[in-house]
Amino acid sequence: MPSLDDLKKRIKSVKSTQKITKAMKMVAAAKLRKAQENAEKGRPYSQKMQNIILNLTKSISDPENAPKLLVGTGKDKTYLCVVLTADRGLCGGFNSNICKLAKLNFKKILGEGKNLKIITVGSKGLDQIKRDYGKYIVKKFSFKEKKQISFSEADLIGKEIINLFDNEEFDICQLFYNNFKNVITQIPQAQQIIPAIKKDSSDKQEKNSTYYEFEPEEDEILEDLLPKNISTQLFKAFLENAASEQGSRMTAMDNATRNAGDLVDKLTINYNRSRQASITKELIEIISGAESL
Amino acid sequence: MSNFTVEIISPAKSILKIEAREVILPSFEGEIGILKDHIPIITFLRPGIIKILSDANQEFFVEDGTVEFLNNNLLVLTSTAQKLSDLKKENLNSIITETEKAINKDPLKDKEKYLLTYKLETLKNIIQ
Repeated sequence: MPSLDDLKKRIKSVKSTQKITKAMKMVAAAKLRKAQENAEKGRPYSQKMQNIILNLTKSISDPENAPKLLVGTGKDKTYLCVVLTADRGLCGGFNSNICKLAKLNFKKILGEGKNLKIITVGSKGLDQIKRDYGKYIVKKFSFKEKKQISFSEADLIGKEIINLFDNEEFDICQLFYNNFKNVITQIPQAQQIIPAIKKDSSDKQEKNSTYYEFEPEEDEILEDLLPKNISTQLFKAFLENAASEQGSRMTAMDNATRNAGDLVDKLTINYNRSRQASITKELIEIISGAESL
Repeated sequence: MSNFTVEIISPAKSILKIEAREVILPSFEGEIGILKDHIPIITFLRPGIIKILSDANQEFFVEDGTVEFLNNNLLVLTSTAQKLSDLKKENLNSIITETEKAINKDPLKDKEKYLLTYKLETLKNIIQ
């Protein structure tokens, strides 16, 4: 049984923790609104970009010579996995969810006897993946100092990926990030960005083909567009991730605040009980002392 | 007057969505003007100025981008669009010197040189 003084101290410390988590929740909520706005604003660009690429691929004249970024190298021997996580912790299952999904995929890829290469973005993901898959990591990025991630950062990573692709370092590139659905739901996702199209979707595209004029030729446009598309998809993933991080942190901190509240209530009841018990004990002592006289 | 919709979208946000009478784009192979009921076209941009002619004319400086015109909807996807009136002279001067440096770098592909030359030319025109 802890003494009254101990209980008092504990209540005080839990209360101050509660204050901290509450403040973090407020901050996350404010940041969330901005991040969410950004994510929503960024969606049309990536969507329309995908649309144009789809239209282009429909009217490509000879698919045999199409750019490799679009149709792939024809092999699937080496996988490049880009794992996007946050630089900060205390955001619930946000980082672990991405890593869990990524690790599951790593296991599958290695299980099939294929090569694996990993790029990590964000220090939290690096810490988690390093433990089991450290030797597969080829590059790591962290934008801890940046307050807001802009397109140029996405472009930087995009160029790096394309560089690796041009050197035939990998055949398939996958992106892991959290898709922001709403404040309490974020879905970890794996998205394939190279090759840009999946083989099975080609038969559906024939139906509604509009005739486009191209200037210059399709191939040249694709060559310009596909690298841009990689950066765009990365940027979209960044934005979704940023919104998810704040959303996740907000719910996590909300939970923590509530838990702290429950704990304070429980401790207070304990405190009052032991206070009363000690008073009763003292009374009994006084009364029995008076009686014995 | 027959109008069509113009949309300029950057990765971070939608910059502009208005009705326009005519739009002049610095396409990769030369300037093109687009009017209503233009044939569907996909092309990409070199550095230059997008001119939007409507009730209130607007001009944007772009470095690159992708353009799609379909069903009287002109879509410009660019990561570099800046309104001409927002550009400041001091900033322009520093960009120009940077571009000049980039042009004089040694291993430069034809395409890069082509793009940079246009960038320089456009910027110099803006200043004058």
